[in-house]
Amino acid sequence: MSVDVLLGFTRALRAAGVPVTQDRAQSYLAAVACLGAGTSAGTRAAGRATLCSSPEDLARHDLVFDAWFAADEPGRRATRPATRRTPLDLAEDTEAGEPGEAAALRASASATEVLRHRDIADLTPAERQRLARLFGGLPVRLPRRSTARHVSHRRGQIDASRTLRASLRHLGEPARIHRRRAGTRPRRVVLLLDVSGSMSGYADALLRLAHRLTAATGSTTGVETFTLGTRVTHLTRAMRTRDPEQALLAAGDTVPDWSGGTRLGETLRAFMDRWGRRGMARGAVVLIVSDGWERGDPAQLREQMARLHRLAHRVIWVNPHRGKPGYEPVQGGIRAVLPHVDDFLAGHTLATYTDLLGVIADA
Amino acid sequence: MDDRVGELTRRLRATGYLADDDLATVLFLALEMGRPLLLEGEPGTGKTALAEAVAEALDLPLIRLQCYEGIDATQALYDWDFPRQILHLRALEAVSAEQSVEEAEKGLYDERFLLARPVLAALQQSPAVLLVDEIDRADDEFEAFLLEVLSTWGVTIPEFGTVKAAEPPVVVLTSNRTRELHDALKRRCLYHWIDHPDLAREVAIVASRAPEVAETLARQVVEVVQQLRTIDDLQKPPGVAETLDWARALHRLGAVELDLDTAAVTLGALVKYREDTDKVDEAIRRMLG
Repeated sequence: MSVDVLLGFTRALRAAGVPVTQDRAQSYLAAVACLGAGTSAGTRAAGRATLCSSPEDLARHDLVFDAWFAADEPGRRATRPATRRTPLDLAEDTEAGEPGEAAALRASASATEVLRHRDIADLTPAERQRLARLFGGLPVRLPRRSTARHVSHRRGQIDASRTLRASLRHLGEPARIHRRRAGTRPRRVVLLLDVSGSMSGYADALLRLAHRLTAATGSTTGVETFTLGTRVTHLTRAMRTRDPEQALLAAGDTVPDWSGGTRLGETLRAFMDRWGRRGMARGAVVLIVSDGWERGDPAQLREQMARLHRLAHRVIWVNPHRGKPGYEPVQGGIRAVLPHVDDFLAGHTLATYTDLLGVIADA
Repeated sequence: MDDRVGELTRRLRATGYLADDDLATVLFLALEMGRPLLLEGEPGTGKTALAEAVAEALDLPLIRLQCYEGIDATQALYDWDFPRQILHLRALEAVSAEQSVEEAEKGLYDERFLLARPVLAALQQSPAVLLVDEIDRADDEFEAFLLEVLSTWGVTIPEFGTVKAAEPPVVVLTSNRTRELHDALKRRCLYHWIDHPDLAREVAIVASRAPEVAETLARQVVEVVQQLRTIDDLQKPPGVAETLDWARALHRLGAVELDLDTAAVTLGALVKYREDTDKVDEAIRRMLG
């Protein structure tokens, strides 16, 4: 099999969404050479070992492999999965850029203040664009937890090895006694965003909030984002994209079930089985943003929330409808979860998001 | 497939580890290309056991590094033996006063005061098998540091010099996917996902790992466990390790065939969650009754 065919395959695989880098392609060629390029099984095993790094990658690899190496049957080519673009306009903000006009500026400032308190679902596209720019200004601070690792400190228990090392520097003469105490690091924050039809007005804003949180941490273990719809989608990789617009586009490509139905209990269970129980939810601050419209069985939702509550450090439920006048938590879903939630907050305006970030920071 | 892959499978089998073709091929590639092998999969599917089997099959020492939150270089790599260094200094003082400061200092950073932790030990003793268990539990910083070792096969100790492996050790990393590993680390490794084995293979695994268990019992146990894995609301579906535990537990009670009463009292070997106990109990009643 020629190198061109193999490299073509790696490109097709990249197009299908597996992050194939140049060095991975090189290892792939080496692995194929190692196993003998003649056999289909060898080529497949080499690709699985060198080009993939998660079970999802493996599934995609096998699909593309079959399509690529099936003889040149017409119509059987690896195609890029159909993607859905989130419509976004990147036009400049002309309104706030006008120089010299104090009155216009003041008007803009107060318009901004109004915008902060407007229900996001009711905004016009232009207002949404202006709101999007305000997300960058949200104050983000992550909750912290103590770790097994120690840091030196003026007070605290005696740090034997540092003290000895210091005395060693003076040829064994006793020197200053060094002390240490437990260090801290950011506590993991897990965002579970409901992207079903009833929440579609808020999906864009929620993703921006998730991106703001992810971008503020820098560390790779800080913030994890998932969407809940008819299934669970792990969005963290898309959210790590630095530019918010690009991140939203990537999210649009990744999530297959925008504005679908909700089976909260079932998707929550999928999250718990696949990620939560294995450690992602353990000791984390878990934030669920959903209106609690549950089409499935509320009993299952209750059971899964109880499970989550036992694992997580703090469970925060954000309901966009909570801040609206006349709201009563009467939906079966919401009533089922309330006993297993530490905080029940509103989330329909930018101002409520600011409060929400405060609650997360102090969790 | 390849003869050499078949040979590797046979050598693993001789140690009691039954690897399927996919796993044997990946392992073969890892050995041939000198790359670390990253194993992911459900708990209890034999990720750690593979490293042990490889060490035994290739007749190499196994060095194990169990990762945990907060693990750092002094626990994974090396540390200086401070108390002994100080004793050494005091001894020098008592014996000869005319030794220069530099000489005394040089004498302090000698190999005998170096405590080799698993990674350094693996590099020094190589050829060896280094098992980095549950890498997903360690922090990102540790991952970055491991990456350095895995790409250069050497460790630089400022006071001492560079320790390089004569030949790269066989490295097996395991992860339960509690968090996503960094891409840079994944790129260095060959990847394999270990699934639960099918019926025939699992029966063979029980026969090879717990030969004392009666054949009928082993088969029944595996059939029940395979059924249980299809129940989809279990908190923790039993892995191969649990199958083995349960088979051994039943054998200890003198069972040669699976019956309801012994099954009910030994359930603790198979199921570790209270919520699961009832579901499993009910399922077993249905299967045996």
